[in-house]
Amino acid sequence: MGKHNHPYIPNSQPEIKAEMMKTIGIKDVDELYLDVPERYRLRKLLNIPRGMSEFEVKKHVESLLAKNKTCAEMLTFLGAGCWPHYVPAVVKEIVQRSELLTSYTPYQPEVSQGMLQALFEYQSMICELTGMEVANCSMYDWASALGEAARMASRLTNKNEILIPRVIHPERLATLRVYAEPAGITIKQVAYDAETGQLSLEDLKSKISEKTAAVYVENPSYLGFVETQVEDIGGEAHANNALFIVGVDPTSLGILKPPGDYGADIVVGEGQPLGNPMNFGGPLLGIFACRGDLKMVRQMPGRIIGMTTTKDGNRQAFCMALQTREQHIRREKATSNICTNEALCAVASAVYMALLGPEGMRELGETIMYKANYAMRLLSKIQGVKAPVFNSPHFKEFTVNFDEAGLSVKEAHEKLLKLGIHGGKDVSKEFPELGETALYCVTEIHSKEEIERLAKSLEDVLAGRC
Amino acid sequence: MVKQADWSEPVIFELGRKGRRGHILPAVEEGVKQVVGSVNTIIPENMQRKSKPKLPELSEVEVARHYIRLSQMNYGVDSGLYPLGSCTMKYNPKINESLANSKAMNMLHPYQDESTLQGILEILYRLERWLAEITGTYEVCLQPAAGAHGEFLGTSLIRAYHKFNGELEKRREIIVPDSAHGTNPASASMAGFNVVVVPSDKDGCVNIEALKEAVSERTAGLMLTNPNTLGIFEKNIEEIARIIHDAGGLLYYDGANLNAILGKVRPGDMGFDIVHMNIHKTFSTPHGGGGPGSGPVGVSEELAKFLPVPRVVFNGERYRLDYDRPHSIGKIRSFYGNVAVLLKAYAYILSLGNEGLREVAEISVLNANYVAEKLKGIKGLTLPYGDEVPRKHECVFSAKPLKRETGVSALDVAKRLLDYGLHAPTIYFPLIVDEALMIEPTETFEKEELDRFVEAMRKISEEAYKNPEVVLKAPHNTAVSRLDEVKASHPRTMILSWKMRLKKGGE
Repeated sequence: MGKHNHPYIPNSQPEIKAEMMKTIGIKDVDELYLDVPERYRLRKLLNIPRGMSEFEVKKHVESLLAKNKTCAEMLTFLGAGCWPHYVPAVVKEIVQRSELLTSYTPYQPEVSQGMLQALFEYQSMICELTGMEVANCSMYDWASALGEAARMASRLTNKNEILIPRVIHPERLATLRVYAEPAGITIKQVAYDAETGQLSLEDLKSKISEKTAAVYVENPSYLGFVETQVEDIGGEAHANNALFIVGVDPTSLGILKPPGDYGADIVVGEGQPLGNPMNFGGPLLGIFACRGDLKMVRQMPGRIIGMTTTKDGNRQAFCMALQTREQHIRREKATSNICTNEALCAVASAVYMALLGPEGMRELGETIMYKANYAMRLLSKIQGVKAPVFNSPHFKEFTVNFDEAGLSVKEAHEKLLKLGIHGGKDVSKEFPELGETALYCVTEIHSKEEIERLAKSLEDVLAGRC
Repeated sequence: MVKQADWSEPVIFELGRKGRRGHILPAVEEGVKQVVGSVNTIIPENMQRKSKPKLPELSEVEVARHYIRLSQMNYGVDSGLYPLGSCTMKYNPKINESLANSKAMNMLHPYQDESTLQGILEILYRLERWLAEITGTYEVCLQPAAGAHGEFLGTSLIRAYHKFNGELEKRREIIVPDSAHGTNPASASMAGFNVVVVPSDKDGCVNIEALKEAVSERTAGLMLTNPNTLGIFEKNIEEIARIIHDAGGLLYYDGANLNAILGKVRPGDMGFDIVHMNIHKTFSTPHGGGGPGSGPVGVSEELAKFLPVPRVVFNGERYRLDYDRPHSIGKIRSFYGNVAVLLKAYAYILSLGNEGLREVAEISVLNANYVAEKLKGIKGLTLPYGDEVPRKHECVFSAKPLKRETGVSALDVAKRLLDYGLHAPTIYFPLIVDEALMIEPTETFEKEELDRFVEAMRKISEEAYKNPEVVLKAPHNTAVSRLDEVKASHPRTMILSWKMRLKKGGE
């Protein structure tokens, strides 16, 4: 495809170009680059392909994507921070509305009321779900939200030690380290009870001190069990003048007690399962909420949308609030450098939460829990399989141990894959103490029949029948 | 004049009726509960949610209507010119959307077996190579979720580099020009550095003498946008690079303005060691009202070993995710990046190709200079830092004379532009221009739309001199009139959630 008259570049039409150059008083567009030192002028074409027609682009990209095998083509039990859930058609329709899709950050609120109101509604619904009073309009993902939460806690308490559980997603831990280190924050991990997986209160008490800025727990935990001693953990944090940070999978919050009800000061989490597809792990949606006290709110990272009125006071309206925390005003003293976030993913979540409503969110939690626990029961009956490893209540993910089966997780996975089933994530390297263990995920999209197929296939695999 | 839709749409919590539902979930099949028992026996009493979340209760019909109405109260690139300086609000091709919204993209899980991911890994691998070629860097990391996230990765890499060399203790300073984007000092600070600001010279470029004075053995690096936020190319870049490198610092390229130089100049060739790109600017992916974006980072060979894991590698036959990078800084997020956004960039680069991308740069610069030339004659506006040098992708006008002579400020001009069915430019930035109007038309708007903008600016100037009230009270034709932004942030009146609204309403 030639460079002239490109469909995306209306003024590449030679006559228009000539007309415009005449207005400026130049004969060649290159004259506009005369101030660029000659030695830096690229005098050859970039070594990238020539342009293609729309049809060719479509055909090419589709043929590459066809080399993958998607979760729609195989029965998949992967989760671990990116989860398969159904995205209702209305959600997809709304986020494809070009007025929302193609708008910038709402710097001109008078023409951006749609986006602003949708984001305010997102914030409000996240507050209802988590039991907090203020939420920002999103962070990049759970991991980076956790990093920001640790920094915020350190600023608020003027202390620099964070206690986190040993049972944490390794990618969240790795991210937390990069966010924490430059702020001088040290991270200590608290052991878990080998029988239940629960955070060891004993170890927590031995590690917590006046230096502790925050205690962080995840609920449900990375390995799928519900942390049940959160009141004690939060109490321990507060007794040491530390903040209590809780990480959540919001799909659990229709049935699990919201962190706001057990003393959380900051809530982070992953909003992707609320109406956003997996997309190979991105974009995601970082949830970030906190208590309503002003000292905390002023230390929050990220955009916050507020409700206000028109100047004449006649009309309720929305705009960005507390911008003096942000980089474009406060520069190096900003609470964070974040500006572009995951706003449209937040809108998707708002639509999703509005569709489900209070009853739907409860049903979602229950449905997931029933199906995941059903899968757990079936798998645990298989000779040589232990599911779950921990004796605790589980929500939508659970550990499956193969130590007694005589097969490694990898071998079992490869055999299942041949049968068109993709098993859970292998966590045996992350938690060597758990032996040959995988993390399985079951959500509302898995049918009873599919769960039974998994159990049957795994039984066959382990019995050496395939 | 244009009239924006206004539905006076209530907040969603005010809509609906108890008992309505907008979505039905798949049923829990017969037999499951019998095996599992009740969830209330699984979840211990103290962890059960006792009262349902106070979410709205609506039918699907009402939810769809509510958000469609809200969308109609929003201005996007498809609505018209969106000349926000440094934001590169260009047209977002529809084919890219349809590819990214396909099941083939949506239904990929990041932890799938590599044998089932060969297509997407190939796409990411190729995109990395193309972006490295475009920026003149050695390796590219696609993981950052936004430009500022890329900057945080960049400043973290500066940190890793000096730490590796045993110099982090003394190299505590990152230099930024006074014309820099706010993210630059914020990103430097996030990575633990102190910020040293150097002033701009009369020509709008970095003051070389001041830079020489600012560098020292404490210098960790310099963050620079080129072309800078005035739309002017930093012509002394060779000397700037030498000064920083001689001092032992690294040179960071803020890619917000990369659109101007695609296929014309490469940051790597100018001596930059770290380069971030804004995929949602330069590579046409939609901004979504504030994301998701994507901010890949390209680096020199020396820095590649510090990049986050995993790296996409190719052995000539298979693509693989490589975690075995002992010097890697670790991770700045989960997984591999905003892949659905990156897929759109992949399609975009193919749609333009090497010649097309160069045309993108040239026409974006042509458009900016055309608009600058046409605006020059308008009363009340000046083009600071001279009209001797051509602008690149954007131009920054000052409404200082207009304000002095009529009381109409850059903010008022911006608000009045909305009445004409145009988006406003970036205002009051860069900070070194009083009453700044920072205009970036991009290459994707036709001459007629640019002329419409110029004409609107001319009319607004006329209004300011003849009837300033109409401008001072603008906008008149938007969904809502000018907002009380102070009220939104004042502790007493601040309402940041519906819950807070109910609480404050009850006081």
